[in-house]
Amino acid sequence: MATTSDEKAKAGHFIRIAGLKKTFRSQGKSFEVLKGVNLEIGKGDIYGVVGFSGAGKSTLIRCINRLEEPDSGEITIGDTEITRLSKSELDMYRQKIGIIFQQFNLLDSRTVAQNVSFPLEIAGSKTSHSEVRVREILELVDLSDKADFYPGQLSGGQKQRVGIARALANNPDILLSDEATSALDPQTTLSVLDLLKDINEKLKLTIILITHELNVIRYICKNMAVLEDGKIVENGPVKSVFNSPKSDTAKLFMKIDAGFANFGWEGGGGI
Amino acid sequence: MEKMTLLQTFASAFSGKTWAIVLPEIYNTLYMVLFTTILTAFFGMLLGILLVSTDADGIYPCPRFSAILGGIVNGLRSLPSIIIIILTLPLSRMLIGVSYGPKACIIALAVTCIPMFGRLVESSILEVPKGKIEAARSMGAQNRHIIMKVMIPEALPSLIRNFTIAVVAVISTTALAGMLGAGGLGDVAVRFGYNRFKTDILIAAVLVMIVMVQIVQRAGDGLSKLVLKKRHLI
Repeated sequence: MATTSDEKAKAGHFIRIAGLKKTFRSQGKSFEVLKGVNLEIGKGDIYGVVGFSGAGKSTLIRCINRLEEPDSGEITIGDTEITRLSKSELDMYRQKIGIIFQQFNLLDSRTVAQNVSFPLEIAGSKTSHSEVRVREILELVDLSDKADFYPGQLSGGQKQRVGIARALANNPDILLSDEATSALDPQTTLSVLDLLKDINEKLKLTIILITHELNVIRYICKNMAVLEDGKIVENGPVKSVFNSPKSDTAKLFMKIDAGFANFGWEGGGGI
Repeated sequence: MEKMTLLQTFASAFSGKTWAIVLPEIYNTLYMVLFTTILTAFFGMLLGILLVSTDADGIYPCPRFSAILGGIVNGLRSLPSIIIIILTLPLSRMLIGVSYGPKACIIALAVTCIPMFGRLVESSILEVPKGKIEAARSMGAQNRHIIMKVMIPEALPSLIRNFTIAVVAVISTTALAGMLGAGGLGDVAVRFGYNRFKTDILIAAVLVMIVMVQIVQRAGDGLSKLVLKKRHLI
């Protein structure tokens, strides 16, 4: 089973990113964040992009739904070239790409159910249809009992579940995760990752996540890429990258990871 | 006019004779405050939203328009109200045919208060975290969705507080209505209290204005808190 789906993914890549470049300019200074990123991601994959701060992870993931406009390069999803869409086409297409954020970005003025129905409202769904959909999706993220709560009443983990529910409301093909677990404690992180794993299987959803936590990648990703200074320096199945890291960044990540694991009781801060 | 002791002046401030002069002016003030507030609320909101949206970092960047609009707002805000009243005389004549009386006064007051409330609306909306607007955008929201479903509802508690400030400013600016022969409490305070040394009438008029401002401020604070409580943010 696993091999066939792997082969399928190899045969036709669902998401193709080619030669993606992005430079930020402010006050006469320019800073090249993405220096020609190439990536191919198969349908149904959980793809992790890891990198240190400033490597360009966030910019990369935000280019996929064009929250950030790339300067050059192509992003193709299925048969659609995202980078060529007009503004109104993009608005339509964005409904098929869900995104979750580190800071959740829920609307405090709306209840949980109303937050989840927000994307349906702007897509112009009928109220009766969205009510059913909201109930269904809250069931999926295990928050049915919190439908009429306000975000102000929820814990971080619950808020991120609402974020996930909202991202899934329009039945997207892709879910982008922009450091979605970085603000959560380890236990909550685990439960959110389990949820992502679960919806990846149930909904055949392709998930792209960026993180600086290697454990997140190890726990749920099938494939991964290492981003260093605006370029992909290494990619492949998670196991092979972990077993034989080639790039400096990957090696450093593994070293830090192993270092913490082997720190033991004698560590004591080197006194 | 015989001299009154301080106590007598206070007593006289609450006499029927004094209130016969002050009471009708309460109506005049309320009339002007009400309509000025309506105009200020509507056009101030519009102005604030325009300022935020057309800014270079806004949802509909239009830097040149934004710079011109901002310049006009700053210009109007830098002028003393009394100058604005003089400047709006021709505008009143054009719009309503006369350049005096309560209606003309409402136009002059609105021109004074709209730029101020516009800036307050701008600052309220700017407090909404950028991430929320970005999240809406990532779901395919158009600008009208972002304004109506994100910016205004999320900024609501702060908008209510700033609106309260604007209404209080409207009340105090109506004191200038006398310039246009529009009457009102401020006018009475100046005409009787200052020009004719009728301190009792001055006290009565000022007391009513203080009470009005207190009521508005309390109501605004209460409403803002109610919204925050409903959202479990306090």
